[in-house]
Amino acid sequence: MSILVTPHTKVLVQGITGSFGARHAQLSLEYGTQIVAGVTPGKGGQLFENRVPIFDTVAEAVKQTGATASAIFVPPPFAADAILEGVDAGLELVVCITEGIPVIDMIKVKRAMAGLKTRLIGPNCPGLVTPGTGKDSHGGCRIGIAPGYIHKKGNIGVVSRSGTLTYEAVWQLTSRGVGQSTCVGIGGDPVNGTSHLDVIKMFNDDPETEGIIMIGEIGGSAEEEAAAWIKQYCKKPVAGFIAGSTAPPGRRMGHAGAIVSGGKGTAEAKIAAFKEAGIGVAATPSEMADTLLAMMKRG
Amino acid sequence: MNLHEYQAKQLLGERGVNVPTGAVCSTAAEVRNFADKAFAAGSRLTVVKSQIHAGGRGKGTFKSGFQGGVKVCKTASESEEKAAAMLGQVLVTKQTGPDGRLVSKLLIEAARDIKKEFYVAVLLDRQTARPVLMASAEGGVDIEEVAEKSPEKILKESIDPAVGLMAYQSRKVAQALGLRGELMTQAVKLFAGLYKTWLDCDAAMIEINPLAIMVENDGKEVLVAVDAKMSLDDNALYRQPKIAAMRDLAEEAALEIEASKFNLNYIKLDGNIACLVNGAGLAMATMDIIQHFGGNPANFLDVGGGASREQVTAAFKIILSDPNVKGIFVNIFGGIMDCNIIATGIVAAVKETGLTLPLVVRLEGNNVLAGKKNLAESGLTLITGDSMADAAQKVVKAVGK
Repeated sequence: MSILVTPHTKVLVQGITGSFGARHAQLSLEYGTQIVAGVTPGKGGQLFENRVPIFDTVAEAVKQTGATASAIFVPPPFAADAILEGVDAGLELVVCITEGIPVIDMIKVKRAMAGLKTRLIGPNCPGLVTPGTGKDSHGGCRIGIAPGYIHKKGNIGVVSRSGTLTYEAVWQLTSRGVGQSTCVGIGGDPVNGTSHLDVIKMFNDDPETEGIIMIGEIGGSAEEEAAAWIKQYCKKPVAGFIAGSTAPPGRRMGHAGAIVSGGKGTAEAKIAAFKEAGIGVAATPSEMADTLLAMMKRG
Repeated sequence: MNLHEYQAKQLLGERGVNVPTGAVCSTAAEVRNFADKAFAAGSRLTVVKSQIHAGGRGKGTFKSGFQGGVKVCKTASESEEKAAAMLGQVLVTKQTGPDGRLVSKLLIEAARDIKKEFYVAVLLDRQTARPVLMASAEGGVDIEEVAEKSPEKILKESIDPAVGLMAYQSRKVAQALGLRGELMTQAVKLFAGLYKTWLDCDAAMIEINPLAIMVENDGKEVLVAVDAKMSLDDNALYRQPKIAAMRDLAEEAALEIEASKFNLNYIKLDGNIACLVNGAGLAMATMDIIQHFGGNPANFLDVGGGASREQVTAAFKIILSDPNVKGIFVNIFGGIMDCNIIATGIVAAVKETGLTLPLVVRLEGNNVLAGKKNLAESGLTLITGDSMADAAQKVVKAVGK
């Protein structure tokens, strides 16, 4: 198994006819992902790349194709609407790649989807990958914008707020011949659908996952909350890295959520929480994989 | 994006928050004009406040030697005098750094005696993903200190975005602050206006510190927002054109403004090793690894996922405009992006800018072999690193020499 998605998951893409959505829908198709539908209001009835049917609404796409997951590539002003359309259509998983959504929109979206079955990943995230068994992990499920070929099917779970740091960790693992169960980018915004802790719990319950890499960054307290849970309940070795030790307070470091404000959300506090919880802390981002592998060898 | 005090008070005042009568002035004559009218109308005091985006104004010092960026005045001529001493001068506070900020605007307000000060704010609570009304009876002081030393003195009322801030919540907070009778009614109206401003304006945070009970000439007590600080959610500026137009470029670093024109995310720091990276997380991690190996990063720079040749060239020009820079570390993980295209961009940028400083490049990802070959055959004297750690050590060493 893996978490959240398997190579059989049927995926639809909201915003498939925009340049960003089209490019990544194409890459997912090439990776072997089951992209079964696209949604662009007003373009229903057309075909994407001569093979994927496009629908006007998510509900219609779900009804006709049985898709259970969605990737959202629509521009920020329309993203909240797109997420809630996916929720309304009863999707199990909505992955919002869009960067730049106003915080108030996300506050309202989270409130509106509370108690409903749909899980939101993101926004402002690279998405997720469950690697396949083919060459360069072909045949897996790729929802979002991560490079598929850097993955390898295996037993390490990766969760991170940052896209490129996820790729860095994944590549370190793959280069050492170690594969991944699922790699999840939860996004760099201050309000997101799925937290580090949510993903850690899933990895903990997934029999295929044997070790976890958790990558955090300055801002908020999600890493501390995950660490506290790990200390008490996690059965698997966890190694991590926190980016932003050198970031000046009060400045947003690229990601909307990466900010130390009012003395809260410092890298120092997060690293201390990791150590307290027995999480292996990589001294540099070059050592994320080695830190975990050393723990697993000892364990 | 941050606003000036006078801008925040304008937005709050329009939405029912009681703010002092005041005027924004850019000359001492304008200050005199307002002060004359205020004293004629019965005011006993005015306050003249420097408008810069930094805290600690009252305790700041001007480079001219004049003490204090906020002055309470007893006469119109004193108001004018103090204004003349502040305008056109550079104010240094604990938040501005040694360079300070030029004061080109003043806010003058009619002032009264203050009986008691409070703190009140609306901001996002990331843990609950909801806005929160925060208040404290410890007003007029550094709230971070209060939060650290006596967190029980800070009240928090979580706001359900489906219904907004309810009046009962405001009454609860007002009661806890000790506001009774007419003052409780005023507080409910003021908190409602504060939340409405936060929501209407897509604010990230609005802080009123101090919120004060002021005593009018007839002895009546009124709640007034004496100072206000407001920052906005940059992601929402597209739908807030009026507020976006309040941006004061004089308060932002010139290089950061230049970078934003090319969709580059650049933040200047104090070190001497410039970084050029794709992705915010990797960019932060690159700064961290430079410091880990004993170096000092000169900037944060995220060129984004695309990193076109134009962007890379603009990025080189920006980092080279920082005179402290003694070496450059390019760290690219080309996931989808072809590393060879990035390498071509680097070569073009180096040639165009006539770079002479040590340049360490670490490329990884898609088509990386072609990219490395391209760099090797470019004739440029650059150092390549295999891993982030390897490259970071090389750039620290090159700069240290």
